[in-house]
Amino acid sequence: MNETVLPREFQYSSSRHQSQTAISGMWLFLASEMLFFGVLFLSWIFCRHWNMAGFDTGAQQTSLVAGTINTVLLLTSSATYTGGARQIEAGNVRGLIRLCALTGLLGLAFLAVKIGYEWRDDFSKHLFPGSGFALAGPARAGAQMFFVFYFVATALHSLHMLVGLGLLAWIIWRARRGAFSAEYSTPVAVVGLYWSFVDMVWVVLYPLIYLIGRTPTQ
Amino acid sequence: MSATVIEGRPNSGTLEESYLGDGFSLRSWLLTTDHKRIAILYLASITAFFFIGGAAAALVRYNLMVPEGMIPSAETYNRLFTMHGVVMVWFFLVPAVPVTLGNFIVPLMLGARDLAFPRLNLFSWYLFMLGGIVVLYSLFTGGVDTGWTFYTPLATTYAKGHVVATVVGIFISGFSSIATGLNFIVTIHRLRAPGMTWFRMPVFLWSLYATSAILVLATPVLAMTLLLLAFERLFHIGVFDPAMGGDPLLFQHLFWFYSHPAVYIMILPGFGIVSEIVPAFSRKPLFGYSFVVWASIGIAVISFLVWGHHMFVAGTSLFSALVFSILSYMVAVPSAIKVFNWIGTMHKGFIRFDAPMLYALGFIGLFTMGGLTGLFVAALAADVHLTQTYFVVAHFHYVMVGGMVSAFFAGLHYWWPKITGRMYPEMWGRAGALIIFIGFHLTFFPQFVLGYLGMPRRYHSYPPEFQVLNVLSSAGATILAVGYLLPLAYLTWSLFRGERAPANPWEATGLEWKTPSPPPTYNFAVTPEVDRAPYSYSPPTPQAPL
Repeated sequence: MNETVLPREFQYSSSRHQSQTAISGMWLFLASEMLFFGVLFLSWIFCRHWNMAGFDTGAQQTSLVAGTINTVLLLTSSATYTGGARQIEAGNVRGLIRLCALTGLLGLAFLAVKIGYEWRDDFSKHLFPGSGFALAGPARAGAQMFFVFYFVATALHSLHMLVGLGLLAWIIWRARRGAFSAEYSTPVAVVGLYWSFVDMVWVVLYPLIYLIGRTPTQ
Repeated sequence: MSATVIEGRPNSGTLEESYLGDGFSLRSWLLTTDHKRIAILYLASITAFFFIGGAAAALVRYNLMVPEGMIPSAETYNRLFTMHGVVMVWFFLVPAVPVTLGNFIVPLMLGARDLAFPRLNLFSWYLFMLGGIVVLYSLFTGGVDTGWTFYTPLATTYAKGHVVATVVGIFISGFSSIATGLNFIVTIHRLRAPGMTWFRMPVFLWSLYATSAILVLATPVLAMTLLLLAFERLFHIGVFDPAMGGDPLLFQHLFWFYSHPAVYIMILPGFGIVSEIVPAFSRKPLFGYSFVVWASIGIAVISFLVWGHHMFVAGTSLFSALVFSILSYMVAVPSAIKVFNWIGTMHKGFIRFDAPMLYALGFIGLFTMGGLTGLFVAALAADVHLTQTYFVVAHFHYVMVGGMVSAFFAGLHYWWPKITGRMYPEMWGRAGALIIFIGFHLTFFPQFVLGYLGMPRRYHSYPPEFQVLNVLSSAGATILAVGYLLPLAYLTWSLFRGERAPANPWEATGLEWKTPSPPPTYNFAVTPEVDRAPYSYSPPTPQAPL
């Protein structure tokens, strides 16, 4: 059996035992992350409920085009990553590396649009909450609170993206050293779970930031 | 799965071949991934935090000896009780049993060689220490006067001191909790020895499983809440500030959504310890094993549904208060099941009053009182009178200090021979258990009366008619302090002079007793196989008839 040459730590009975455990560990971590972001979404929706007009005014300051482009970029990146995972299951290391690199580029493009364009634009329009906040009038408090959630959520999401990019780099680095094969690609699967989770957080953030405030409510 | 032998690791049980003899350098400790060494790192850390939190409590009791307060400044007093609460809750009670006894015993009890993720385990200790140091730094360089609950808008707008730094420290240590909980759940699912089915698991494992579920699912809620709180304080924006469209009640909901389950994080491991000790020292199988197991799971589930009982007078609707009141009553059912099962286990047993058993019996008594007084404050009408008084303080100290700390000591004494390879001095152990029991009652029983008479908590001074009871309480605190310093002294002594412990000094069942004391680095030379239910105790061999 080639079981013996596959990496296995001493507390596991087999390499398969170890891989399945790693995957369940990541699922549990994501459950915890779910509760972490869940509180943010709950507070967001709760505060919006009491400050509808302000939140809508705030939401209308955001760039729907940039947000939509980013959504496309991120969803595509999950697809390319999954493609990479398929490649390694078929034993194609070069395919994994290429698709991982493409995933990373899409992720970087997302961050470039998010931070390099959107955040810069928001700051130049004085939309960061605080005494210098640009919007005035009755909707000011609500709009400001919208931007509190906007900045907290996008900052946390971008931080998760940065961690994800680091993990992608690690996968590429290990793949180039020949760590993965058709028999062993657990870290690829584990990182894939994480990357898709970060993607799914965005799938919730996208309507919260860009869409809901643009729907005529009253 | 067949039994596997790790080559080159003979297992004759000498100290040199144990985990303690596997490297003596500082590096061999600070970079270890051995669950047993990490448990020791944690044990040293939480002991330090316990005595820091205890010192703050001692100063609180010192202040309350006279009506006008022994400490001149009310602000200093506020900072002291905040420090006591923050350090004790997040840096002692929540981690105490899981990260020390849990870390050490869980893999051994499962028949595993380590936790599922040993490096994550070490990482969690560094997170814990980093969070702890940030908190201690902020508490010693100015402190916080909000109380451990950080209620808004006090914490966001009006409080002075290092609120943000303290909150960041708690935030960081929260991730160490999540890592520990995650590690335990995955380990229990994936690394059980052959034959160790779910319902052959000792209850200690079940209770840590339930605890871990809460750690993993509730802690992130606190993390995000504290993040929003810190953001609000830093940038003066108002998620929790009604003047800016926010809602302070939202903070209370989110805070207690973590902090009430956290109460069960603190007490569930104690249930597990007592469920190990009572059968071992009664020489009888645990009475109603599956009831105890399901009660643990039940408590974990219900714990997520009762947070609103902290907010009966905060302006929530009468209907929601009624629902939360009923749900809170429901927690009493699984808790009582456990108490009855421990008593049922002792019934007609061959009880030995060694120190672990004395601590465990202390736990049962103190926890029962803490639990029953919990029903008083879960009752809506009574709570309106009792909330924010010393009755509440006494109630949760009976559960957390009387219950949880007694259980921690019970477990520490029970597994001390396994952990250190040395026996503790038995007579001193028994004396410690008794002194803690007496000191505890003297400290906190008067507080029930004080609260019933209407003395509010968190005040620096009080009307003169409350002085007698307060002096009694402070006097009890000095006895309690002696009770806590005593184990520190004799357990430390036993590290060097204690009698060498055999592999199984209590003749207890459980896989942890099947390996030498102290265990070798890889726990088991041969992976054990389990073929029976836990707690297969039988009465001691009869002596020759008189």
